Amino acid sequence: MADETRPTSPESSSAPSSGGDRPERSERRPSSRPGGPGGGREGGGGAGRKYFRRKKVCKFCVEKIEAINYKDIRLLAQFVAESGRIVPRRLTGVCTPHQRRLSLAIKQARNIALLPFSGRAA
Amino acid sequence: MNRTYELMFIVRPDMAEEDQDKLISTLETAVAASSGSVKSVERMGKRRLAYTVRKFHDGIYVLLTVEGGGGLIHELERRLRVTEPVIKFLTVRIDEEQKRLDKIKAIKDAKRKAAAPAPTADVAGVAPAATA
Repeated sequence: MADETRPTSPESSSAPSSGGDRPERSERRPSSRPGGPGGGREGGGGAGRKYFRRKKVCKFCVEKIEAINYKDIRLLAQFVAESGRIVPRRLTGVCTPHQRRLSLAIKQARNIALLPFSGRAA
Repeated sequence: MNRTYELMFIVRPDMAEEDQDKLISTLETAVAASSGSVKSVERMGKRRLAYTVRKFHDGIYVLLTVEGGGGLIHELERRLRVTEPVIKFLTVRIDEEQKRLDKIKAIKDAKRKAAAPAPTADVAGVAPAATA
């Protein structure tokens, strides 16, 4: 629904206040990169307006990735924080069905020592 | 009830190539004995483990794709458990996921077929049959 606003246009970065309809619609959260480990933190109250917030979209829906496999570590690693945690949906924007598959795949990968349970690789 | 499973296991990094071959062939005979079939064997080579397993930091990953019933998997897992150089294994059933993916792919193909050459009569006849 918000497709037309998603591409980062030049005016969005320069004008914090003129953005008209944008701040009302998007969730109040600074633009955290999808999968960025330990990414988005809450913007303080009304000051959240200052940041340009991009509408978060599910990577799997957008890129039409059907298969979430435990062997695809490069894909899974984007959704695992530095500490080894599975990054929550509210930070990455992944939709519920995909997050379900994703967490299953990450857990399988952990079991076979492809991903760590905690911390960096031992 | 033929199911497809993926059997991934890790053997210790200092295991000789011949010993790996021997292990894989014994597994293959075990599969054959339970009237299953090995669809593919893939050696993924030596990798660094994400955490220490039995004091090893690296391991040699092997991936078997097997078709058969649950009894066969039970037997294979028992064998892996008693085989000393195998330090970790994981079995994942993949046929249902594959079925789901095939279904999505079929829908996608049908859509593409319906979208691209719409005016031709025979394609229009094929597309509803695929979705039904």
